[in-house]
Amino acid sequence: MSVSVRIPTILRTYTGGASEVKAEGATLSALIADLEANHAGIGDRILDDTGKLRRFVNVYVNDDDVRFADGLGTATPDGAVVSIIPAVAGGC
Amino acid sequence: MRREGLAIMAVTAVAPVAPVAPTTDQPFGPAVALSCRECGARSPLAPDFACTECFGPLEVAYELPVGDPEALRARIEAGPTNIWRYAPLLPVPVDVAEHPGLNPGWTKLVKADNLARELGVTGGLYVKDDSGNPTHSFKDRVVAIAVEAARTFGFTTLSCSSTGNLAGAVGAAAARTGLRSCVFIPHDLEQGKVVMAAVYGGELIGIEGNYDDVNRFCSELIGDPAGEGWGFVNVNLRPYYGEGSKTLAYEICEQLGWRLPDQIVIPIASGSQLTKIDKGLKELIALGLVEDKPYKIFGAQAEGCSPVSTAFKAGHDVVRPQKPNTIAKSLAIGNPADGPYVLDICRRTGGAVEDVDDEQVVDAIKLLARTEGIFAETAGGVTVGVLRKLIKNGLLDPAAETVILNTGDGLKTLDAVEPTTGLSATIRPTLDSFREAGLA
Repeated sequence: MSVSVRIPTILRTYTGGASEVKAEGATLSALIADLEANHAGIGDRILDDTGKLRRFVNVYVNDDDVRFADGLGTATPDGAVVSIIPAVAGGC
Repeated sequence: MRREGLAIMAVTAVAPVAPVAPTTDQPFGPAVALSCRECGARSPLAPDFACTECFGPLEVAYELPVGDPEALRARIEAGPTNIWRYAPLLPVPVDVAEHPGLNPGWTKLVKADNLARELGVTGGLYVKDDSGNPTHSFKDRVVAIAVEAARTFGFTTLSCSSTGNLAGAVGAAAARTGLRSCVFIPHDLEQGKVVMAAVYGGELIGIEGNYDDVNRFCSELIGDPAGEGWGFVNVNLRPYYGEGSKTLAYEICEQLGWRLPDQIVIPIASGSQLTKIDKGLKELIALGLVEDKPYKIFGAQAEGCSPVSTAFKAGHDVVRPQKPNTIAKSLAIGNPADGPYVLDICRRTGGAVEDVDDEQVVDAIKLLARTEGIFAETAGGVTVGVLRKLIKNGLLDPAAETVILNTGDGLKTLDAVEPTTGLSATIRPTLDSFREAGLA
């Protein structure tokens, strides 16, 4: 169950500068736990104190915003591409 | 294959233009840092937009010229008749007015007595008509600030994700200032906006998706080597860019004779404009330029893209994204970045967020046109429609002085009104025909 995770610039200090890393987990929740195991500290940047996605983080599994799917329970199948993106962009 | 890949290949083949060097040692004027709206963490002034601690939005923090409001007022009033009269309150160098640019702002504040009579507003009603800007929308204000930041950071390409108006504003500003532009829009925008963005000669790229897809693409591009050296006005330059909307607040109050209005109705796309108008009003109070008194801020959305209105009515403090489906495409942001702050501000000030359907939007465009001679784009229709609905619902006080924003020109969204607007009659060129048509 290997998934590619695209890392935004502001989290690359946790991945040694890598813009994309591999992680494992059948759901987004499990995937973030795996990310944290391999890149200590990254989980707290993505999740708030209550374990929910921070409100200014958008996460996409392939092309789907997980907030339109099952949130942290969204399936992350083998070969999926997960993108973590700051939500504060755009508009005016 | 998606079009954006081709677009990137095309734009990287163009030679960059040399940036204009900063002209002072304080290129950001009174700005001193970036500050996270969520956790308050401060960071140096840089092309950053999200907090490294919590992903929260970064905004510009200032050391503003407090202490002598009369002198500041006089300095502003002696300034140019554009947004640079407020340079002492913006993240720009003191000599900004001498730089090449579109010099937007100082648009008309129209006293809308006819519309007021029609809607039963007795406390005074004004339309801040930002269709009078160089590219016919308020976006020229925010882009002007972003251009100054791009210049300082040494960016050679100006870019953005856009629902149309911003694309034109970026294209025009880049043309005037000698920067390259490459902007991204949903592929199915109104034809008027496509033409008005493309005519300035920069690259205009249609993305197969809605605005939120475009925005996501730009956010990813900025973290990729392909986006190196690019200033995305509403992504990595967003903290600076957003400050341009403060000038709407400054102008409204100055044009009222340095007074706060009682109520303001503002359209919501990302919500940034509404939050920055509130920031501008608070600054004017803090600087002693206006009397400190309560004001109410109301947000306006189209029903087909109403995530903030829905959250407001439900009592939520988070905004659940929606898939937009409305003719008001300049407001069709289903995942509005500043939505939570809009909720905070409207609740704090005693305002509200409301929405109207597309039929009401068109009707409101025509209402504003026939009462005040102002042809608004669909966003303006949303605002007028929401004003009418707020009065009807008893949420907005018709006896209080009210300002509404028209943020763009109706010529950009002709499609919206075309089906219900046209010739009254077609006659032969004779007086008999004229009389027969009942026109005498």
